[in-house]
Amino acid sequence: MTEPENTQNVQNAEHIERHSYDVVVIGAGGAGLRAAIEARHAGKRVAIISKSLFGKAHTVMAEGGAAAAMGNVNPKDNWQVHFRDTMRGGKFLNHFRMAELHAKEAPDRIWELETWGALFDRTKDGKISQRNFGGHEYPRLAHVGDRTGLELIRTLQQRVVALQQQDQAESGDFEANLRVFAETTIVRLLKDEQGRIAGAVGYYRETGQFVLFEAPAVILATGGIGRSYTVTSNSWEYTGDGHALALLAGATLVNMEFIQFHPTGMVWPPSVKGILVTESVRGDGGVLRNSEGKRFMFDYVPDVFRKQYAETEEEADRWYDDQENNRRPPELLPRDEVARSINSEVKAGRGTPNGGVYLDVSTRLPAEEIRRRLPSMYHQFKELADVDITAQPMEVGPTCHYVMGGVEVDPDTQGTKVPGLYAAGECAGGMHGSNRLGGNSLSDLLVFGRRAGLYASEYVDSLGAGGKPAVAQADVDAAVDEALAPLGNADGENPYTLHHDLQVTMNTLVGIIRKPEEIGEALTKLEDFKPRHHKVGSTGGRRFNPGWHVALDLRNMLIVSECVAKAALERAESRGGHTRDDFPTMSSKWRQVNLICSLNADGTGVDLKHQPIPTIRQDLLELFEVSELKKYFTDEELAGLAGVAAEDAAPAGDAESVESDESDESAESADESAELDAAVAAAVIEAEIEESTATDGEVGESAIPGQKVKAESASESASDESEPESAQAESESGSESESADEAVAETAAEEK
Amino acid sequence: MATDTIAPGPEAPAPLSPARAKIEQKTLRTDRWWLSPLLTLLVLVAFIFYATFRAFEDAYYYADGLISPFYSPCLSTKCVPDSSLGGFTPFGDWAKVSPALLILIFPLGFRMTCYYYRKAYYRAFWQSPPACAVAEPHGKYTGETRFPLILNNAHRYFFYVGLIFNVILTWDGILAFRNAQGEWGHMSLGTLVLLANATLLWLYSLSCHSCRHAIGGRLKHFSKHPLRYKSWTLVSKLNHKHMLFAWISLFGVALADAYVALVSHGTFSNPTFF
Amino acid sequence: MGYKGKFKVWRGDASGGDLNDFEVEVNEGEVVLDVIHRLQATQAPDMACRWNCKAGKCGSCSAEINGKPRLMCMTRMSTFEEGETVTVTPLRTFPVIKDLVTDVGFNYTKAREVKSFTPPADLKPGEYRMQQIDVERSQEFRKCIECYLCQNTCHAVRDHEENKENFAGPRYLMRVAELDMHPLDTADRKKAAQEEHGLGYCNITKCCTEVCPEHIRITDNALIPLKERVVDKKYDPLVWLGSKIRRRSSTDA
Repeated sequence: MTEPENTQNVQNAEHIERHSYDVVVIGAGGAGLRAAIEARHAGKRVAIISKSLFGKAHTVMAEGGAAAAMGNVNPKDNWQVHFRDTMRGGKFLNHFRMAELHAKEAPDRIWELETWGALFDRTKDGKISQRNFGGHEYPRLAHVGDRTGLELIRTLQQRVVALQQQDQAESGDFEANLRVFAETTIVRLLKDEQGRIAGAVGYYRETGQFVLFEAPAVILATGGIGRSYTVTSNSWEYTGDGHALALLAGATLVNMEFIQFHPTGMVWPPSVKGILVTESVRGDGGVLRNSEGKRFMFDYVPDVFRKQYAETEEEADRWYDDQENNRRPPELLPRDEVARSINSEVKAGRGTPNGGVYLDVSTRLPAEEIRRRLPSMYHQFKELADVDITAQPMEVGPTCHYVMGGVEVDPDTQGTKVPGLYAAGECAGGMHGSNRLGGNSLSDLLVFGRRAGLYASEYVDSLGAGGKPAVAQADVDAAVDEALAPLGNADGENPYTLHHDLQVTMNTLVGIIRKPEEIGEALTKLEDFKPRHHKVGSTGGRRFNPGWHVALDLRNMLIVSECVAKAALERAESRGGHTRDDFPTMSSKWRQVNLICSLNADGTGVDLKHQPIPTIRQDLLELFEVSELKKYFTDEELAGLAGVAAEDAAPAGDAESVESDESDESAESADESAELDAAVAAAVIEAEIEESTATDGEVGESAIPGQKVKAESASESASDESEPESAQAESESGSESESADEAVAETAAEEK
Repeated sequence: MATDTIAPGPEAPAPLSPARAKIEQKTLRTDRWWLSPLLTLLVLVAFIFYATFRAFEDAYYYADGLISPFYSPCLSTKCVPDSSLGGFTPFGDWAKVSPALLILIFPLGFRMTCYYYRKAYYRAFWQSPPACAVAEPHGKYTGETRFPLILNNAHRYFFYVGLIFNVILTWDGILAFRNAQGEWGHMSLGTLVLLANATLLWLYSLSCHSCRHAIGGRLKHFSKHPLRYKSWTLVSKLNHKHMLFAWISLFGVALADAYVALVSHGTFSNPTFF
Repeated sequence: MGYKGKFKVWRGDASGGDLNDFEVEVNEGEVVLDVIHRLQATQAPDMACRWNCKAGKCGSCSAEINGKPRLMCMTRMSTFEEGETVTVTPLRTFPVIKDLVTDVGFNYTKAREVKSFTPPADLKPGEYRMQQIDVERSQEFRKCIECYLCQNTCHAVRDHEENKENFAGPRYLMRVAELDMHPLDTADRKKAAQEEHGLGYCNITKCCTEVCPEHIRITDNALIPLKERVVDKKYDPLVWLGSKIRRRSSTDA
């Protein structure tokens, strides 16, 4: 324990409860719980900070499923295919290494859930069933009806309880090593003099009392930022806390302009506007029609997708029964395409009276079948909108759903620029590029939640016994003062009004289709909001005072919104979750750019800078045909890919690999490319370390263990992967299946 | 602010605090929550009066080949001629009481321990609770943890016995295909009444929760027992309507008995079809 | 469309409180939670209430509306007359923290007391094989969103504080049933259900089922089957005899 005397000096204004942990996880959704479980498995004392009650996290809202290439339904599926789908979905802006790790590790993470009691829907032979979803080439989503997120959160929650029971058996205390702090909000992260994470300050929502967590490692898993928008599927918790805490602590955000608008949110009644209608409705046969009764999605298939998607209603309808011989219905285009199409229909005056389009499953499936396959949708509409989806169409429209951007992290360790600070799940950026595929979020939580927990634990180990960073009391006091400010200002502006103004600003000016002058206007307004925010006041006391809580959350929403708006103004192209009216096409130049957001020098706003995107590793590039890469890459980049082009024409390498034509099996068994893999990963990581350590100024002993950790991770990924020779066969099989259904999902310039 | 001066909170909130919201009203429900328990009470009381009267009456339970379900199987020599089951009178004249009393114990037990009727009488008679979110009047509550209510766990045995009664009552219905002279091949309204009664009793028994458990509910792996799984699915469907069957079979028994009584009294002559 | 609705909302804390009258705008298509939010935004910014998803999926906004335990987000205003006063109070069974927020710690305590899923020791991740028909029963119970309305409504604890110690409540008895029916759970939970979790306190009056917003048939599908399983284990000599003769647990088929 460091400087215990510090603890006692501070009884001035505020009694502050103190706790000391090895790892503090902020957020109790899928990523947070998975991280906490992993850290606890690693023998660490862990605190889970939850803004809501334990088990209520927004993860429960995820409906469709968790994508993992287990190949249970279609044995052709493997991690390479999943990787390709993810990169295509993200328009090649994804951090390739994250997409790779995600595709490789997702099946293990799903299977692990079963050992903790999860009950997924089953295939006939008793394996986990997998369903089709937009952008996924094969049925890939492990699911439980349409409440997969609930299953996931419940399973993780129950795993936490199981671990607590173990501790109880050993020590007599359920909370000896793993404790959940429910209804607790963190307001500031604390660092020591060397700039390392030292702890976090928060308050109990119930009592309004402050609490200090001293911990050398903090994992952010706070989810997204949807509460800055009016029409959103997100709950009140999604105020961008993790993003803001990271920024304020000196970490960076990446590509915050990419926000996914889910195409189908409820539009009526007004009170539920934005609530999600799962993509499974379309996957199970639901079709989109405009007010003229036309199935309009056929008019919106971009040319590059044309080969993959049905051209007639007849063919589209056959697909549901025979997916081998028919092409998909255009309703299953990636989310950004569908959202934009609906937007266009409504703008063209062909929307429903409430400003959406019709999503109809009632004429497509028997009522009984609808109730069986989509039970929660059935109830949601029945009880919230008084609509019987087995008899009537639903009214739907786009809703703010997910932020692809997030805290910039190391792809292997999930570590941020700040030593000891990690981020996972929606609040981390990079994995999904410019657009997330449905189903990739739940698997993302598990894969990177685990990694964050693992590497945070290793980082703590590397600090050694005496190396724990110390909290500075002045920082604690400052955080408390900041948080108490609105209460001392009872005559100030109503925080709800400011929140509402912010939502309207973001929704109308930085929404689905973005115009530079509008974004500019939004930025002006955001500047106006800043002084207003300093003057908001909350009446009432500190105990469970929602007005006060909103006032505190506003800081986070404002700073994150500024990042979104600035990045949206900067990126002069349209890609995935960022559509610019004045730059309607994708630009290969911009694909090379990550937009990095950081706190400005005086802490009053954010700065934006360009940063080159990491170069995709050769063996991963080889999974694609050059013809596809051409849609995304600049000529210079392509020139550098000469080797790939040659291989493409006539697969190079030894005779064995040339022969591996029907290499589905070898692709399945082949796990991974090894040495190359590790080498490149290590190189990339090295570069990042250099960058982060450079900013650290005087990096003492402390930074080195972190580096060691990262290096280990690279060699580890090499050692547990299969022999080098399999790499060739596997990349071969990759391009093989590629040519089979040529030009899968080349999303190019035609999207408007 | 008062809250500002509160000392650091305890490590964890006390799990079971009596500090509930102080709301005086026993319930704030505005609907007619009392209607359902009241109706239940009235109907069950009416049935009890009727059944008690009929059971002690010890007469008018057999006429024209029709036997009242209250008195079947009539197993003592006291029984009116021809009413006993094929002359089988194992009880001889040992029992001085009405034969119905020996019989009714079992259906009564079956219904008293039935998972549906338990709900009905706990709510309507014992007001524990009278309705959801309406405070019950008792200071103490131990549920079915101790004698005598723990005996409700014997429901399945009453179910088994009930099945035997169902067979007998079904046989009574078949016997009713005879005319008053005992010749087969005839049918009257009474035949229908007894058969309907037997059918309703079968539905009530087969929809029983214990039945559902025995037929397949107790299994861990349905997939290893496809036939039992099918039966379980079927029984589960019936089980959805257990409450309905509980009521209409109760009325059925009373009506069948009343029918026989009326015929036996001569107030009414059993119309024969052929 | 909109009208002025009359509301009575309980405000206070453990030391006391009462029903406060409000008049507030109500618009077409709104639910009770919308109205509470409007009250927060316009008249009572510090009025405490929990909510998250506003779609009936997280189970946070449990309260009692006109005396009935409901989710505020799933109670449409159209179910009331325009002139009707709508009364909103916190859950009665749990200690109140402030206004509509109660301390639901009881439920987390009970959750910890249920022995966790116990898989076969020799089964590795990825090797699990289960048939759909074998998982369906437990899947129904896993729909539970833990709104605790059943726990709040059950008179065994609602009206009898002293039973809280011995009675897990419908939600956690259902959890025991879920695990007992889980095709790969190896623990025997029947004795514990009766002796530790207080299944005997349940008198199957079905209020848990009545208030369940997920429409889980808690009583018929979880509690009664669990009671029957307990009878197998504890009270039925025939089953006991059968299991001795066949030298295996007859329920374990």
